[in-house]
Amino acid sequence: MVVSVAYSDVVVVGAGVVGAACAEALSAAGSTVTVLDRGAPASGTTAAGEGNILVSDKGPGAELELARASRSRWPELLAELREELGPALADVEWEPKGGVVVATSAESAAPLAEFAAAQRAVGVDARQVTPAEAAELEPHLTPRVVTAVHYPEDAQLQPVLAATTLLAAVRHRGGQVRAGVAALGVERGANGAVSGVRTSEGVLPCGAVVNACGPWAGAFAEAAGAPIAVLPRRGMVLVTGPLPKTVWHKVYDADYVGAVTSGEAGVQTSTVIESTGAGTVLIGSSRQLVGLDETMRVEVLRELARKAVALFPVLAGVPVLRAYGGFRPYAPDHLPVIGADPRLPGLWHATGHEGAGIGLAAATGRLIAELVTGRPTHVDAEPFRVDRPGVLL
Amino acid sequence: MRVRVDGQEKSALPGQTVAGVLLAGGRVSWRTTRNGDRPRGVFCGIGVCFDCLVVVNGVPDVRACQRVVADGDEIRTQLGAELPGSAS
Amino acid sequence: MNRVVVVGAGPAGMAAARAAAATGVEVVLVDSAQGLGGQYHRRAPESLGGNEIPPIPGVRHLAATTVWALEPVPGGHRLHLRTGPADAPGRQATVLDTAALVLATGAYDRALPFPGWDLPGVFTAGAAQALAKGQKVAVGSRVLLAGTGPFLLPVAESLIGVGARVLGVLEANIPVGGWLRDPLALLAGRAKAAELARYVTMLARHRVPFRPRTTVIAAHGTDRVTEVTTARLTADWRVRPGSERRVPVDAVCVGFGFTPQLELAVAAGCRLAGEFVEVNEAQATSVAGVFAAGEITGIGGADLSEAEGVLAGLAAARLLGGQGETPRRAIAAVRAGRRFAAALDRAHPVRAGWQSWLAEDTLICRCEEVDYGALCRAVRDRDAIGVRSLKLVSRVGLGACQGRTCGRNAADLVGGLDPAGLARRPIAAPVRLGELATTPVHPNERDTS
Repeated sequence: MVVSVAYSDVVVVGAGVVGAACAEALSAAGSTVTVLDRGAPASGTTAAGEGNILVSDKGPGAELELARASRSRWPELLAELREELGPALADVEWEPKGGVVVATSAESAAPLAEFAAAQRAVGVDARQVTPAEAAELEPHLTPRVVTAVHYPEDAQLQPVLAATTLLAAVRHRGGQVRAGVAALGVERGANGAVSGVRTSEGVLPCGAVVNACGPWAGAFAEAAGAPIAVLPRRGMVLVTGPLPKTVWHKVYDADYVGAVTSGEAGVQTSTVIESTGAGTVLIGSSRQLVGLDETMRVEVLRELARKAVALFPVLAGVPVLRAYGGFRPYAPDHLPVIGADPRLPGLWHATGHEGAGIGLAAATGRLIAELVTGRPTHVDAEPFRVDRPGVLL
Repeated sequence: MRVRVDGQEKSALPGQTVAGVLLAGGRVSWRTTRNGDRPRGVFCGIGVCFDCLVVVNGVPDVRACQRVVADGDEIRTQLGAELPGSAS
Repeated sequence: MNRVVVVGAGPAGMAAARAAAATGVEVVLVDSAQGLGGQYHRRAPESLGGNEIPPIPGVRHLAATTVWALEPVPGGHRLHLRTGPADAPGRQATVLDTAALVLATGAYDRALPFPGWDLPGVFTAGAAQALAKGQKVAVGSRVLLAGTGPFLLPVAESLIGVGARVLGVLEANIPVGGWLRDPLALLAGRAKAAELARYVTMLARHRVPFRPRTTVIAAHGTDRVTEVTTARLTADWRVRPGSERRVPVDAVCVGFGFTPQLELAVAAGCRLAGEFVEVNEAQATSVAGVFAAGEITGIGGADLSEAEGVLAGLAAARLLGGQGETPRRAIAAVRAGRRFAAALDRAHPVRAGWQSWLAEDTLICRCEEVDYGALCRAVRDRDAIGVRSLKLVSRVGLGACQGRTCGRNAADLVGGLDPAGLARRPIAAPVRLGELATTPVHPNERDTS
């Protein structure tokens, strides 16, 4: 293989959806970009994602603002890429289908209503609906619904298609995507700033490096000499056989919100049920703090199945074809880590999105491009800064 | 034993599989694909390929080559992807 | 936990169960079929004139039982089982823990795609064999067999036995018997030579032509196969121009070697050697307490599988304190059988020229109806070169069979895909969501009470 020694303005490490979105935005801003991945593009956390673009699961705060920015950016970005790449290559199975959050007990109904009210106060379209209206939105839903909230802004896309579309745009603009090249560390110039990335195929000279390694971002940061506290959390998803259209929205039970924001160890499951373009139904998602252990636990799958059948009794007779697991990167305070590393000029991090990386990718990419090129940011970057408490190690 | 295949009564023997009954009766296909609407029947014959799917007693996605018939089974063609009629 | 569990009741699994039981330890043999025997010793039910294989003394046989998941537990492994009619909802759920697991899950025919292979009337050779032996049904009345390897011969015999007219046996490699010229294989293959001679006589008696370097490159018909195109092949399996012939048939059966059934071994974390499970001289895998025997460790026929089963069963039993004599005959049989298997492998490879039989719209993945063109576009336009990304971009291998049929072929077409990644199916057999939601019975607790 010919080793390219051409200079890149930016090397993005990690060709998942976040790395791809950063690379796309940077190349759109005029930077020459090289994307590295030690494996195949879009084969890690991105390939284990459900493709959620949610505003519904986030309470008022910085992450919700990033989610809302990303939700409005995705369709705009996809329209631009359709122009640039053509419809086939820009197809990511985008579905602005909306979400329905369901409470099936009085205990969960009150917190759900409260949560939705707080979201409405900051401008989220969160419509409280009656059980009858919920049944109209989702005809197969359990009759045990106490209350529900309809979030028309929730959307879905197919994450691997999304990442590969973004990478296709990078290549189209003259950038490079190099699969099977591992980033081993960074080189520093005389001024102490990043001057290159050390890889399994030699040093790539560059002006900046973006750490978009997802659950492995902590390991790359350490190799670069600037460790951060980003850890993997395990998630599992069940996939049914193909069905006629049975589930119309992203439907989840009201305790989802609790699981996302919890820092407790052990297994938490809460059900998110949605159909895909291919006709299968995805049932996610559990969260398990197990490090990088790939072992599947039947008890986790059973819990997902129980909750799915409770929400959609008709699914009881449907075959489960597969289960897949993936690792989601999280920081101790469960906020994404996006910005410059103060210890090493030229090193940027874009990670820690946990289970929301697909949804947050579009705004994250844009934010990184703005920060790297020194332009004003479209959302407040302060809450995601790298030197906030608990992130720097 | 008696079973019904797409509404027609057929006789069957203990130990016969659904595929055995259907093939012995001259059928080679009993499923359509969900995208191309193409006919399918047995391919691997040993439960690996999932091409011979059929609806038995209201439950779709049953491998005809693996399912041993029971007296009174209601067997019918599976049209693309189907939702189970009943979970029991 | 203190029991040997054998998964798969074919030649390897039955031998393993028998060998383990002979040492006096508790043995459970699990198989998805009703009777013992697996694919090789398949018997028709009594109602069709068959007779069952008698039970193995000292072995508890769990019939009609599918292992749908395997997970590690302290001190061993836990198998998640479903017992009852295939694919029925509400089958009985149990779990079975074991410190000494023998995997003998076997292999299934590899079918190469060609235009029209998705038409009804195109079968694997194994399907024809299973239906003839197990159901006394012929898959057609005018049948052509194509592929590579000696397994096509017993299939021809079985088809003739149920009244089909076999129009020919097309061997894509050099004539059968090539492996017998291999001097090492000859040592191993004296019994095989006799077996082969018997098949040659059988084919001649029934006037079944045997055509080397020939295969079926297309099947034709609207709703079922009515004709095929055969062609002579170059050494690399490209079509010799001008050699194409149309042959009217009502069934065609193809088999290009075998693919091991790896999901449980992969779930247990067993290291692979190439596409097979790596084992040592005692049939132990890389995972403590897990043994493998038969065709998941390599394709070498029933004798080798049986001998491996003896070794695996004994090794598993010894782990639990079972005592047995060193099985010298089985050790010798494994050694000889492996030489034969290696020769077989050398004589019947799948050559890359098969890829030239494909048209743009030839299905690669039958379940999801993904054609060759779509697979190429996924790789070319979206750089989908990893197992997960290739599946999710093209949908190849995401359907009901979970890549069991298309995985190997897609791997050959794309190159560089990890075989363990392709066989990673944590749900080893489909379960209904409602079944998964129910809590299983734990016989371990019942046993000790």
